Amino acid sequence: MTSLMLRVAEAESLTPLVKRFRFEHPRGESLPLFSGGAHVVVEMPDGDVLRRNAYSLISDPQDGSGYEIAVRREDGGRGGSRFMHARVRPGDLLRISLPLNLFALDLRARKHVLIAGGIGITPFVAQVRQLLRMQLPFELHYGARSRDEAAGLRLLPDVPHIHFHISDESNRMDLGAFLSAQPLGTHVYTCGPEGLINAVAQTGARLGWPKTALHSEVFQAPPPGRPFEVVLARSGRTIEVGAHQSLLEALEAAEVEIDWSCRGGACGRCETRVVSCHGRIEHHDHWLSEDEQSAQTRIMPCVSRFRGESLIIDR
Amino acid sequence: MTIRFNDETFRDDYSFRNSATAIRRFPFPFDKDDYMYSVNMEPHGTGGRAGSVFEKRFDVDEHYVAEMRDRAITLAGDPLRCQSLPHMELAGWDLLELIMQCKAEDYPDLFQLHRDGDRWHWINRPLGIEQRFTFLDPTTLPCGPMEYITRQAQGDFAVLDQRENNLWMDAGMVTSQADWSLDFDIGMNFFEWHAPVPKAAEMGIFQRALKFLLAIPQGAPSRRLNWTMTVNPRLDTSPENYHLWGPEKRTITPENVGAKQYLRVELQSFWRLPRSNALAFPIRCYLIALEDLVTVPKWARRLHRVIRDLPDELAEYKGFAVNRPIIIDYLAQFDDGKPTSPGIFPDD
Repeated sequence: MTSLMLRVAEAESLTPLVKRFRFEHPRGESLPLFSGGAHVVVEMPDGDVLRRNAYSLISDPQDGSGYEIAVRREDGGRGGSRFMHARVRPGDLLRISLPLNLFALDLRARKHVLIAGGIGITPFVAQVRQLLRMQLPFELHYGARSRDEAAGLRLLPDVPHIHFHISDESNRMDLGAFLSAQPLGTHVYTCGPEGLINAVAQTGARLGWPKTALHSEVFQAPPPGRPFEVVLARSGRTIEVGAHQSLLEALEAAEVEIDWSCRGGACGRCETRVVSCHGRIEHHDHWLSEDEQSAQTRIMPCVSRFRGESLIIDR
Repeated sequence: MTIRFNDETFRDDYSFRNSATAIRRFPFPFDKDDYMYSVNMEPHGTGGRAGSVFEKRFDVDEHYVAEMRDRAITLAGDPLRCQSLPHMELAGWDLLELIMQCKAEDYPDLFQLHRDGDRWHWINRPLGIEQRFTFLDPTTLPCGPMEYITRQAQGDFAVLDQRENNLWMDAGMVTSQADWSLDFDIGMNFFEWHAPVPKAAEMGIFQRALKFLLAIPQGAPSRRLNWTMTVNPRLDTSPENYHLWGPEKRTITPENVGAKQYLRVELQSFWRLPRSNALAFPIRCYLIALEDLVTVPKWARRLHRVIRDLPDELAEYKGFAVNRPIIIDYLAQFDDGKPTSPGIFPDD
């Protein structure tokens, strides 16, 4: 994976749970520019474990002087965000992958409607800067539980096409209302919890939106789960996947060579053939089709898990 | 290094010639004695092998000025060789920036780019162009940004939009193509425009290649080589002009095959563009006459073996099946059966 060693220039709390980090090149070189919605993968050397988490870039896509991310501390997560919060300090060097965008604006759109839930605001922070610069019509709807938890309040510019929906102020999003009022040719982008994405998909379907005009990015780190074992067909070895580990991380820990990119089930790079499966693969990816998932002949090790008697994969 | 630009043609009297230097640096595409499709990607960028066509990001060679002249002739006859769907203008600016920046950094004696915010000043010495313009303001250039810069860069350019987990041929400048048409392919997705390629789909090549391309990040371009054969050093072997070059295939004889039959190699590279998230796909064409190619003994031996053992469908698809026996007979005299060294470069 192509990556850069960058220095942490700033670390700042935006809310009790969300911290903003800024990375710069140690020799002040400028970094590749990117487009709104792009993410980077941050490598975290945590003792014997090398964690890698993907985070959306929230800095100005046209500013190569640094990259910024916002990290929400997930106390029930696998430990990456806790590491970022507790251990990473200005001056530290971290390995950061080059930006990749799997959630880009569709530039054919006549108008862009961005819908964010909670920490799902992050890809839109950079997209809003891009849309403003390009002077394209858009509106952003940002839902959060409370003002205290809404990290985006401090990251977004004060412009009239940004609407805040704060649950404890009783102005929750009315998806039906604002989706039914959009001009033809509008594209909708949703990032946040699965429930929000499903609600937008259902509302869109009800209103007759074309599927290709609805884009989404589940803001997802690999979900933890029960430990399981996997047999590697090429070596015959059996590896153990821990409760707070992904299959991809377990393969890396076992020094099995495997390609990867987004680590969030979206890019397809780590797709692995299943040789035999006695049990159920818990597919959490957005790469395989429903048919491919139910066939249980392929697995995306970055996010998917297994329950059952035995799983043999082609690695 | 200063480059002496050839005064030569790629049509009519075909005065195109490769100098001894150009022959030595030709991107011979076969790293072993046989050939089959593969997703043969490798990193591209600065720091490629010195003197080779991989050394700079956008190789400029002795054919630059003549190739740009040939492009202008083709465009004058058929403006649809350059097309950009409306949503691709931003990608056009991205491509303009990429090419100007790379050329100015890699060939400072030939190209200069001065940027003062959005006010840019571009100097192209070989073509005698000096242009002041405002970046992202199309009214300050004589034509669209993609057309402007690709009239000054060797090779064809496809600019691919990325959406719905696919790539879309939504813009391009295509005047030196191996028998495909931008006007036909415009708006198609990756699987649609590759539909004519034999065997590869069933081999799963396209799925794997697409997956790789979709995940090309910023700042990490990749490349591969592709190849075919062309009679006469003609850049514009397009379907639109098949009536001009197709019949020339029938002019090959055992006496003239060395001089008239060319190996045509495409240096294809893949670049993520920053603002648009589009993928730039430059397809740079290099031509070499068989009689020049056989001056490198390793290449002569290997090309003979590759062409001799190539599956029939591929020779058919690449359009040289009709002359294959003559080509094989010609190359056979340079193949003494000795083993060849790995890799594509000459031995000495």
